[in-house]
Amino acid sequence: MSDTPLQADRDKAFAFLKAQARWRWPEIALWAFAFASILLMPSRALLINEIAILALFALSLDLILGYAGIVSLGHGAFFGVGAYTAGLLAKAGAGAAPLSDPTLGLLAAGATAAMIGYATSFLVLRGNDLTKLMVTLGIALIFQELANKFSDITGGADGLQGVTPAKVLGLFDFDIYGKTAAFYSVTVLFLLFCAARVIVHSPFGISLRAIKGNALRARAIGVPVDARLRAIYTLAAAYAGVAGALLAQTTAQVSLDVLEFHRSADTLLIVVLGGVGTLYGAVVGAAAFKMMYDFISSYTQQYWQFWLGLILVVLVLFVRGGIMGLIARLTGQEERA
Amino acid sequence: MHFSTRILLLASAFAFTVPALADNATPVKIGVILPMTGPSASTGREIDAAIKLYMAQKGDKAGGRKIEIVLKDDTGVADITKRLAQELVVNDKVSVIAGFGLTPLALAAAPIATQAKVPEVVMAAGTATITEASPYIVRTSFTLPQNTVPIADWALKNGVKKVVTLVSDYGPGIDAEKAFSERIKAGGGQVLDNLRAPLRNPEFAPFLQKAKDLKPDALFLFVPSGFGAQLMKQVAERDFAKEGVKVIGTGDVTDDEQLQGMGDAVLGMVTSMDYSVAHKSPENKAFVEAFMKANPAMRPNFMAVGGYDGMALIYGALEKTKGDTDGAKLVDAMKGMSWVSPRGPISIDPETRDIVQNVYIRKVEKVDGQLYNVEFETMPNVKDPVKAAKKAK
Amino acid sequence: MLTNLFDGVALGMLLFVLAVGLSVTLGLMNFINLAHGAFAMAGGYVAVVLMRHYGVPFFLCLPIAFLTTAIAGAILERTLYVRLYDKSHLEQVMFTIGLTFMAMATADYFMGASPQIVDAPPSLAGNVSIGDLEFSRYKIFVIVFCAVLAFGLQTALTKTRFGSRLRAAVDDQRVAQGLGIDVTKIFAMTFALGSGLAGLAGALGSPIISLDPIFPLKYMIYFMIVVSVGGVTTITGPFLASLLLGVADVAGKYYVPTVGGFIIYTLMVAVLIFRPQGLFGRPVKR
Repeated sequence: MSDTPLQADRDKAFAFLKAQARWRWPEIALWAFAFASILLMPSRALLINEIAILALFALSLDLILGYAGIVSLGHGAFFGVGAYTAGLLAKAGAGAAPLSDPTLGLLAAGATAAMIGYATSFLVLRGNDLTKLMVTLGIALIFQELANKFSDITGGADGLQGVTPAKVLGLFDFDIYGKTAAFYSVTVLFLLFCAARVIVHSPFGISLRAIKGNALRARAIGVPVDARLRAIYTLAAAYAGVAGALLAQTTAQVSLDVLEFHRSADTLLIVVLGGVGTLYGAVVGAAAFKMMYDFISSYTQQYWQFWLGLILVVLVLFVRGGIMGLIARLTGQEERA
Repeated sequence: MHFSTRILLLASAFAFTVPALADNATPVKIGVILPMTGPSASTGREIDAAIKLYMAQKGDKAGGRKIEIVLKDDTGVADITKRLAQELVVNDKVSVIAGFGLTPLALAAAPIATQAKVPEVVMAAGTATITEASPYIVRTSFTLPQNTVPIADWALKNGVKKVVTLVSDYGPGIDAEKAFSERIKAGGGQVLDNLRAPLRNPEFAPFLQKAKDLKPDALFLFVPSGFGAQLMKQVAERDFAKEGVKVIGTGDVTDDEQLQGMGDAVLGMVTSMDYSVAHKSPENKAFVEAFMKANPAMRPNFMAVGGYDGMALIYGALEKTKGDTDGAKLVDAMKGMSWVSPRGPISIDPETRDIVQNVYIRKVEKVDGQLYNVEFETMPNVKDPVKAAKKAK
Repeated sequence: MLTNLFDGVALGMLLFVLAVGLSVTLGLMNFINLAHGAFAMAGGYVAVVLMRHYGVPFFLCLPIAFLTTAIAGAILERTLYVRLYDKSHLEQVMFTIGLTFMAMATADYFMGASPQIVDAPPSLAGNVSIGDLEFSRYKIFVIVFCAVLAFGLQTALTKTRFGSRLRAAVDDQRVAQGLGIDVTKIFAMTFALGSGLAGLAGALGSPIISLDPIFPLKYMIYFMIVVSVGGVTTITGPFLASLLLGVADVAGKYYVPTVGGFIIYTLMVAVLIFRPQGLFGRPVKR
């Protein structure tokens, strides 16, 4: 049966994919730590929640940036759309299931963001890096203006008030200590991370990397380039929408700054800081970025930007491939996952 | 009493009382959340400086307990404000949260105040509805309608019939626009157009041109603290005075902090506001002198005085409760409190927990080579008109 | 109508000077320098400090702002930027954002957070009346000055020896090196020129736009819009794009104020969808 050369190659390919997709112990340790940290440092639960949301958002950007080579400065548009979708749902339900149910909110936010992602993907996948950066940025800015204009729906610059999500799975109420929020966000992050991991190690994911490496060649070997790029862009938009929904639900509010330019820019920084195209870079980068900010700004509320900037500069100058690159070098694994 | 001798007396009083009290009192922590970086940083700096000044003057004790400030920078982003408020309450165990540079930031913290039963002292944000977001919110800044209605009255009294408004397109701007337009209409005037400029807009020229083409009697302006200088540069270019158009606004536009940089073009502009650095009173003289001494590069503005009075409110409430930090008790103590602030006599409305204060009509004049908002008319004890109207219904 | 056109042109001209330096570094050296706004801010602050505290006349401040930022740019290029030419665009973005953060905090530390505005020099203050219409003298000055600058730059790049060497170096570094062109020096000079122009623009804009520590981020979007719509391969591209954006923005806000904020962004997205290289760019092969 498996004697034909073709079959053997296929087996080899699958074995390769499987080996790539195997869970390694540091990964398991990382996730165990992520969950344990909420119990170990209950006073930092809110920060952990924020990191998890940011990590999910960065993860969604890494999907298009690291695996498909699409640069974007407007990813915040999907984050914002997700946040407003979940926020409005929770508000409409006034704290009672079914409308205010957090899970429903996540799904609705993901779906809405995905639709908009698909619609805009036709505009985005053209031109060089600069063009892509500016088109995505322009779309995000238009969304921000829209949210400001339709202030009777979005609450405008005052923010959407009265966002009251129901209990998570009908069991856990959002508490002031942020424990529920942190567990909820980390769990969602973990589940979506696993899904992303499966996707990037699937033949679909491999084909994306082929496109990123050389779109012409990928097209020549029969990869439907545009359709694949649109698919991953839509998926990433859905991820970003879910991240936005998490923020709306766990902070019980949505303000215009979910669509702000700096959110997209920060996320781009986080992905580069963590290491592009590694998935874990997004998580590690988000944690590093937030903790650096938190640590430095507790010493200097006015000038923390200076030190954060310095760290970024030094990192680019002396470390290749962000934090994940650094880790790989230190552990002697130069291979790229 | 002379100012410095008062400080001296206060200082010596503390020198004697400190050892006696240090043992039995754990400090009272006040969490201050301000935008210290980003577009609204100047608001944060003014308030921070005022808080430090207050503590330097009045000592770090109130109601027999030591006061500790925990300052956090929210960069002007609402979800960070909320997280910081939550952390301050849960981890730092603060008894009061204070600050809040912008309306969405104050609203973001409101559920925390309600849930944790911690007083939220709003020292800057000015949308009327903020105090309704939580029974624990008390405001020491101002509300926009409160500062806007008096200038509308002044305009009507001075023969203005047709007006155009130009405001920043966000909550407080729309608040100001509404309050002004309604008052003008109620007084028999006519509103030709309501123009709204995007909040982050480097170019006001087209809006101003439009306003000029409509040929109103007066143009009403509102932009938040920090944007005034740029707007006024462009207003100056249009030369409204030549067309007989009065340029009026709230004092946010002729913000004391930036007024000096606006140049002579703003001379003669009439605005209404709760505080001017040129307010003539011994309290204000002492405040301004001390503030400028501690911060030579900065002029105190209405934000600073909001922070200063916020501290006075917290100190006063702690004195009343004798150091009891129970949130409900503190808010009760704050209700109805009245004192003489650098801006004049002020009090906290026991029903709305909002500030009641004099609003002054001022004109920009040059005094000793420097530009000041010189007050020439006082509307005494103005309550927030929005909430007053609601009550009347 | 004429006044609107005039205002639009003035805004466009200012945008052009602010962005042209970015166009030079991005288009000619293929380097994404998001810290460009920081150089503009530095030039603005130099002018403010000189005028306020040392009484230096405005017209002298312009060349000083240019030189100071050009020298600063040259030093930074030699010490830091040179290590980044071969890195990815993303790393360049992160590096230059880091620099921007540092510049912002530094400006804040020395100059404070509140916006600085200087007066236009007396000779340029006030308005000129032509019939019923009034035009700000300073804006007239900005328009004339920038037009001359644009023309000069275009000539310098196409007609001078430096210009042709630069274009050679950009097209193919190795061959240019082989032909005896000192590529390193050319790049350093180009970078200095780009930074200097930004500084000059900062100083030139200081009487009409407010200067504060968040300036580099606040105007970054505008720079990027101009450069991307205009295309990065020419000087005329960004020049015309600036004018177009300036006029469209001002006219839009005047005639349809309710959608005023959308105009500039919608225009950009529309242009880039139909002409991904920008209105006036030619496709670049890399």
